[in-house]
Amino acid sequence: MMIPACRLADLPRGEAHRLDIDPPVTVFHTDDGELYAIDDTCTHQDASLADGWLEGCEVECPLHASKFDLRTGAVDSPPAKLPVRTHEVVIEDGMIHVKVSTDAPNLPPCVASRLAKGPA
Amino acid sequence: MRTVAVVGASLAGLSAVRALRTQGYDGRLIVVGDEVHRPYDRPPLSKEFLAGTLTAADLALETDDEDLAAEWLLGARATGLDLAAGDRAVLLGDGRRVAADGVVIATGAAARTLPGSEGLAGVHTLRTLDDAVALKAELAEGGRLVVIGGGFIGAEVASTAQALGLEATVVEAAPTPLAGPLGAEMGAVVSGLHTDHGVRLLCGTGVKGLGGERRVDAVLLEDGRTLPADIVVVGVGARPCVEWLAGSGVPLDNGVTCGADGRTGVPGVVAVGDCANWYDPRTAGHRRVEHWTGALERPAAAIAALLAGDGASAGVPRPPYFWSDQYGVRIQFAGHAAGADSVTVEAGSPGDRDVLAVYRRGDTPVAVLGMNQPRLFTRWRKQLAAA
Ligand SMILES: Cc1cc2nc3c(=O)[nH]c(=O)nc-3n(C[C@H](O)[C@H](O)[C@H](O)COP(=O)(O)OP(=O)(O)OC[C@H]3O[C@@H](n4cnc5c(N)ncnc54)[C@H](O)[C@@H]3O)c2cc1C
Ligand code: FES
Repeated sequence: MMIPACRLADLPRGEAHRLDIDPPVTVFHTDDGELYAIDDTCTHQDASLADGWLEGCEVECPLHASKFDLRTGAVDSPPAKLPVRTHEVVIEDGMIHVKVSTDAPNLPPCVASRLAKGPA
Repeated sequence: MRTVAVVGASLAGLSAVRALRTQGYDGRLIVVGDEVHRPYDRPPLSKEFLAGTLTAADLALETDDEDLAAEWLLGARATGLDLAAGDRAVLLGDGRRVAADGVVIATGAAARTLPGSEGLAGVHTLRTLDDAVALKAELAEGGRLVVIGGGFIGAEVASTAQALGLEATVVEAAPTPLAGPLGAEMGAVVSGLHTDHGVRLLCGTGVKGLGGERRVDAVLLEDGRTLPADIVVVGVGARPCVEWLAGSGVPLDNGVTCGADGRTGVPGVVAVGDCANWYDPRTAGHRRVEHWTGALERPAAAIAALLAGDGASAGVPRPPYFWSDQYGVRIQFAGHAAGADSVTVEAGSPGDRDVLAVYRRGDTPVAVLGMNQPRLFTRWRKQLAAA
């Protein structure tokens, strides 16, 4: 599934753009000008990585500071234990699109149980 | 160093074990813990676990594929530390002696209780998984809950219980809850969440005692009022678990007195986590910080100090940080509010409980508080750490 995110011109370097799909996905524009998309929800608990701290190719979770590699989704250290999904980014006519991965997401248990119960 | 004993098998102890292995220690490693459980995460005990969205299995701190090559002595209480005989040894309650070249003290803190409440059913403290299991079962029965103490744990329990449909009252002896960590102004903003959500907050009156024969039925206040209660949670703080070190020669004063890097002054002995009263170069004083992130991060510096012996020590630690989740609001705080002479709201508004507030001494930011402001908060926290 290809989802339009935002115009490249509207996403400065060092910034993130969250797509409110289910589960949400965030596009990061690194200081070096690279674009990466990963699942927005930390695999540890319910925190949005779009709110985190972007440094190089890593984003640090705003709640408990596990760092995720934007290129691979891998996590560097506890408390998060599982990687986040990565998604392909495609730019067409100045528009950023995300090709959402078909792998199962690694959602934290508290979010997964809420989704399982359906919308509140 | 050929044998290291880590006493305390929770977050700080596990972080010390991990740090030993990542810093290249390949000798014998013994972990002593008085709980029977493998290390588990405490913050969800008052939040998701009590609410039923996380199970005990979700609380595990170790990963499935983690092999730390440690020997775990669980359900074993340390009762003493023998430094006299040249060889160091941790003494256990069952008479065993664990000889070690290096000792990491990570025994954390225990919930303070209310004198006279022993043996009265319906009265709870919340520190351990077993405490949380017992409290969760009682909350499921419903009824009137009185929380004694308006600190973070008390507030989280009241928030979770309110969401579960219980009628809750919070009693706080001080005029404003959370004035210690947040200052009176912001303490009032955060504790305003109680009344926003229909939880009664009674401030400025202490608790005289509890009513009831076998089971609690009331909380008696110093101002003469009586609050009927079916369940009481006592959230009046924690004391460091250091009795076992009395007379050992390890310096004690509100926990284990130690340097910024956990060194105790006794060669081969370091302290980490909630039991450590460490020197903070930023405030030029000792402080004991009962926050999760310190227990996770600071053991790396203490282990470096332990392995270096008399060698060089790590730099200035990051400012203390904690978070709390109450009534669906994410609260985050970093730094040290006590040193501030002003606090300004930089974004959001206190009335909406959506706030980014910066505490300053003169022009220098010394602390930052966020309510539902994770993005701005993260940026300010970085700035504090860099200062
Ligand atoms: C309900 C609750 C909610 C919390 N929520 C938050 C939060 O939202 N944010 C935040 O930042 N922090 C929170 N905290 C604080 C955080 O959990 C602690 O800072 C952290 O657990 C400290 O880790 P520690 O390993 O130093 O101590 P502890 O976790 O207390 O572990 C010490 C261990 O040592 C064991 N022990 C004690 N004495 C002995 C002995 N003599 N021999 C052997 N073993 C012994 C204890 O049984 C325990 O297992 C919360 C704490 C609780 C209890
Ligand atoms: S929520 Fe991301 S590390 Fe905990």
